Amino acid sequence: MIKRIIIIITLIGLSFVLLPLFLNMEDAERLSELSQTYVTEGAEELGTANLVTAVVVSYRGLDTLGEVAVLFAATAGVTLLLGTKKKGGSVTDLLEERRGGSELLNTGAALLFPVLLLFGAYIFVHGHLTPGGGFQGGVVIASAFVLLLFIESDREFSHSVLHSLEALSGAAYVLIGLIGLWFAAGFLDPRFLPSGEIGRLLSAGAIPLIYSLIGIKVGSELIGVVDSLRRRS
Amino acid sequence: MITQLLIILGAALILVGFWGVLTRKHIVKIIISFSILDTGIHLIMVGIGYIKDGSAPIIDQEMPVSRLAGNVVDPIPSALVLTAIVIGVAVTALMLSYAVQLYTFYKTVSIEQIKELKW
Repeated sequence: MIKRIIIIITLIGLSFVLLPLFLNMEDAERLSELSQTYVTEGAEELGTANLVTAVVVSYRGLDTLGEVAVLFAATAGVTLLLGTKKKGGSVTDLLEERRGGSELLNTGAALLFPVLLLFGAYIFVHGHLTPGGGFQGGVVIASAFVLLLFIESDREFSHSVLHSLEALSGAAYVLIGLIGLWFAAGFLDPRFLPSGEIGRLLSAGAIPLIYSLIGIKVGSELIGVVDSLRRRS
Repeated sequence: MITQLLIILGAALILVGFWGVLTRKHIVKIIISFSILDTGIHLIMVGIGYIKDGSAPIIDQEMPVSRLAGNVVDPIPSALVLTAIVIGVAVTALMLSYAVQLYTFYKTVSIEQIKELKW
């Protein structure tokens, strides 16, 4: 009882913390000065049609590198926790034998798998033009592999391929950042390649390259996470 | 108006998530509550970046470079939320793997029966 009262008081307190945010917030009439600069000069400077990508990959590129590092650390943690082969016994020890996928699932997954791969690649290659980018595309690709695991839960993915894809794309990302340091204005500056015409696939300097590498890295990392979680179940 | 709507929806999700974290006993339900809480925070962050009658900050025929200023929403909160979503996925995966480890060790998913976690 006393626990419940404490919880209710905590929630009421939290809603009072959030209340001023609600009361003092009107729809902004214009952008802040920094965003104004990003919006008006981003297209001209970098040649990206999608300005969110310009912020993610170039203006805040270091943040994105840190984010990729956090994702890598989390993947390493998951692998460390679950990677050891069935030491503490399997989760499904108590459950009965697993059924195979139904006909509908098997056919649907086989049909969707190549389409999802293609769609994921499309999303990260077009990250500088349309909504989307490396993270979203990587997740779509990982979901294609999750679908494969639904059909056949014992399927083994090649860990050496996954790990080398992940390591190579991560290293290439940092390398592109360093090339930017030498040939353009600074670390992760994509302007060492020609920026081209806005709206073309081959435009915006190295941004499509960086986002594709992020897509491959995120995709292989998430497949690794799902695979580690699956191997213990 | 839309900012306020997004903030109130986000605040509701934050409260639901927090309530779930505080009251649920099933460890997977706690993790789901964390995801709901995350989503509420993302919604508030996106709401703060909204500009009146703003469109997505993407250049196309309808939105040439000359029209950009004043007609698009703030790209910075969108980029931050993109980051936050990915970090959220990473943290959820880590929490789930802890849950798997706890289950294999204690053979239970109820936090009430895991006495070492009591404070």
